[in-house]
Amino acid sequence: MTQSKQLMGRAFIYSLLLGFAIIYLAPLYVMLVTSFKDIEEIRTGNILALPNTLNFSAWSKAWSTACTGGDCHGLAPYFWNSIRIVVPSLVISTLIGALNGYVLAQWQFKGSNFLFGALLLGCFIPFQVILLPMAKLLAWVGLANTVPGLVSVHVIYGVAFTTLFFRNYYVAIPNELVRAARLDGAGFFAIFWHVFLPMSTPIFVVTVIWQFTQIWNDFLFGVVYSGPGTQPITVALNNLVNTSVGGKQYNVDMAAAIIAALPTLVVYLLAGKYFVRGLTAGAVKG
Amino acid sequence: MNFKLSALAAATALALSPVTQAGEVEVLHYWTSGGEAASVNYLKDKLASEGVSWSDFAVAGGGGESAMTVLKSRAISGNPPTAAQIKGPSIQEWGELGFLASINDVAERDNWDELLPSVVSDVMKYNGEYVAAPVNVHRVNWLWANPEVFQKAGASIPTTWDDFLVQAQKLKDAGYIALAHGGQAWQDATVFEAVVLGVGGPEYYQQAFVESNIQALDSDTTRKVFETFGQLRQYIDTNSPGRDWNVATSMVINGEAGMQIMGDWAKGEFTVANKQPGTDYVCVAAPGTSGSFTFNVDSFAYFAQGDADKTSAQKAMASAILSTDFQEVFNLNKGSIPARLGMDRSAFDACAHASMDAFVSSSQTGGLVPSFAHGMAVSEAISGAIYDTATNYFNSTDSAEQGVQQLIAAISAAQ
Amino acid sequence: MLRYLERSLPRLVLAPTAIAMFVCMYGFIAWTAGLSLTKSRMLPQWEFVGFDQYARLFANPRWHVALDNLLIFIALFIGISLVLGLLLAIFLDRKVRAEGTLRTIYLYPMAISFVVTGTAWKWILNPGLGIEKLVRDMGFSNFEFRWLVEQDMAIYTIVIAAVWQSSGFVMAMFLAGLRGVDESLIKAAQLDGASVIQTYWHVILPIMKPVFFGAVVILSHIAIKSFDLVQALTGGGPGYSSDLPANFMYTFAFSRAQMGLGAASAMVMLAGVLAILVPYLYSELRTKKV
Repeated sequence: MTQSKQLMGRAFIYSLLLGFAIIYLAPLYVMLVTSFKDIEEIRTGNILALPNTLNFSAWSKAWSTACTGGDCHGLAPYFWNSIRIVVPSLVISTLIGALNGYVLAQWQFKGSNFLFGALLLGCFIPFQVILLPMAKLLAWVGLANTVPGLVSVHVIYGVAFTTLFFRNYYVAIPNELVRAARLDGAGFFAIFWHVFLPMSTPIFVVTVIWQFTQIWNDFLFGVVYSGPGTQPITVALNNLVNTSVGGKQYNVDMAAAIIAALPTLVVYLLAGKYFVRGLTAGAVKG
Repeated sequence: MNFKLSALAAATALALSPVTQAGEVEVLHYWTSGGEAASVNYLKDKLASEGVSWSDFAVAGGGGESAMTVLKSRAISGNPPTAAQIKGPSIQEWGELGFLASINDVAERDNWDELLPSVVSDVMKYNGEYVAAPVNVHRVNWLWANPEVFQKAGASIPTTWDDFLVQAQKLKDAGYIALAHGGQAWQDATVFEAVVLGVGGPEYYQQAFVESNIQALDSDTTRKVFETFGQLRQYIDTNSPGRDWNVATSMVINGEAGMQIMGDWAKGEFTVANKQPGTDYVCVAAPGTSGSFTFNVDSFAYFAQGDADKTSAQKAMASAILSTDFQEVFNLNKGSIPARLGMDRSAFDACAHASMDAFVSSSQTGGLVPSFAHGMAVSEAISGAIYDTATNYFNSTDSAEQGVQQLIAAISAAQ
Repeated sequence: MLRYLERSLPRLVLAPTAIAMFVCMYGFIAWTAGLSLTKSRMLPQWEFVGFDQYARLFANPRWHVALDNLLIFIALFIGISLVLGLLLAIFLDRKVRAEGTLRTIYLYPMAISFVVTGTAWKWILNPGLGIEKLVRDMGFSNFEFRWLVEQDMAIYTIVIAAVWQSSGFVMAMFLAGLRGVDESLIKAAQLDGASVIQTYWHVILPIMKPVFFGAVVILSHIAIKSFDLVQALTGGGPGYSSDLPANFMYTFAFSRAQMGLGAASAMVMLAGVLAILVPYLYSELRTKKV
């Protein structure tokens, strides 16, 4: 390969990568600049133009004073509601997934593969289907329209994925490890705790990112199974964006949309590196 | 933090409140925007002064679609809200399923039978007893026009659909968008409804679109309706699909478009833009419907509760809704007219006065008909079938005959 | 006794998940199957009418539109996401600068909910506000990009937004896969005189089969649930031309008071998915540990 040919190749790769980067960034860029403009500027200007001045009023309005129904406290209270829902759902579903994955990969028994397949298929059930029977079930166990009820729903439908992630990760670990540990007298949980958990950081990162994104962004379960005062931020965002009277406040809408997406964005920014690493660890060796 | 503080404040206010009546209403509604939210807050404060606290459960979107999903899940889990924003024939359906609570004693005490026109009170009753309280009466068959645009184009405001097509052509030739429209199913249905009423008249409307009489549907009138409706395709702009109705209204306000067919809530947009009725904009009945009135009544239905406190709170809320001050505030905000009769009308503007007069006169001539585009006339299944047909027809190039056949097929299938 | 307990521990650990799965997934599917045989309207009513709802379903023109759209959507969404994800991963893997930044840029859309995605793309794709206006303002007054408002093209805008959102995740999976490939295999292929493209095609891609499997599972999962995206981006319009079965099902079950019909549509949808996935899953799970 000649020098110039190689240079051409590099140029091609870079321009392609950069081109796509611009396309991928465009929606975020549009949202961001819009959130800093005032309504007049949005109406008359170009969607790609930078705002004339950095105007934070839309942000403060979206956060603390915009009306989301009879209450006008902005997204702030709902933000904390979401945290209260996401944290327990995330912790529980990840731990259960880790244990399940450990069993399915290292302690296989007759029918365990079948269970795994059934679990994988089960998560293709459209969520609209389960709304009513789940509501009945939650009422039956006394958790209708409560935070624990909503958390349980997230855990139940999240476990399929967390199990999938952990199983694929643990399946790559040679079975001899378990056998050796058992010879040393270690039990089921001891092996999990002392042998498997310490090497699971990457897959924990992957699972946590995935689950955090799924649960934080959920609207359907949040709106149906929450109670008054415990609705997650997606419900508030939906109420805020769906205004029908008095002119659309695109800047507030966009600021609200970014606020609602902020925690997941931060998670991706901070942990994105580990994400690929975590996927790498379990990706091909299976 | 804010939220906690205000909750605390509300709780303290409640504890200090001298009124004995206690209890809480949990209200599921889909009013989340500007004027609507303000009206809800007015009701909330009014109830607070009576010692009834308000737990807000707002779910916006799709004309209450999400809110109804929530309501159904909660009803099926035996945990329905105290009150929910439901309207039209749906109230009867919920009544049949045994979920609703009678608020008849309040209605009797406050004389609802005399305060409410019978078309309204009929909708609020299940089995002869009141189960819901009406908030307002919307007139749907309005035409909003920008007189300046008409003047520049040398056109006049149409009074029949045939005339509409002539005038719209003039607007179009002069370079304006003749009809501002948002291509969403419910807006397509709103225009379709105006055409049905204007071309077929109230009697045909009643038979074909309220009683779903197939013979009335399979007629030359329906063919003519579809023909007219189809001709409107050329007078809207091609960017209309997905557009919100209020964006379409602003096209009329800023002179991009000549007119819009929309219910009286459109007025709020003109008001916000500081436009005066009569000079800056014109509100007239949709073509061919001047003697008629398609009504759309918003209401709150009350769900049976086991708890006596909640029941008394429910009744306090129902009574507050019918109070003159709430009716006035709410309807000034929303552009509609009060559901109760005999109110001081001086605070309302010319369009609202016209609406009030038409309401009374059309109720005597039989021109008062329920709006099918807004869930007042037929079951959700049938109105859904009409929506599908209307929106699909309007966005296609199908012939009028195809439209008629699709409509008949869809309505029969939904029955 | 203790030994017995010890031996059944794996089963005990899986038991709660298994129970939840059978009740909340398969139990509810059975419940829905039952519901689809009833005349249920606003709420479930257990009055059986046989397969009437299925007959109604297939007589409904809107359902056929939704089904066709699903086929278009699934094929294009999964296909394009896989190709694009793989392409980006391969290029990123060619030792480029700022790899971390680029990777984050491709990945971040996954962090954003469909509701937000829909709102942003609705703007960008709107002929009067977005790309079309932009290009026209730049002086190309005949430029047209109006898929969002065209009945035949609206479904493709949903594909665009969905690909934008998910391809970064696929990229990450492939990138992870590429990083796991043994260098010596590549060296060996190159010694044999294989070109770069040949090496990828014959050596690397076959090794990455499990990654394809994982990506397809996750993408089809997303595809079937792309309900919010349609709702937020097109609302199913123009007319109902960009409806997907999930939206059809939701509309009929919850806002059209035709719950039986909605249930029937859900069953057809599910049956379709299973018909495609079961053989795939079966073959993959049998031949190799995934």
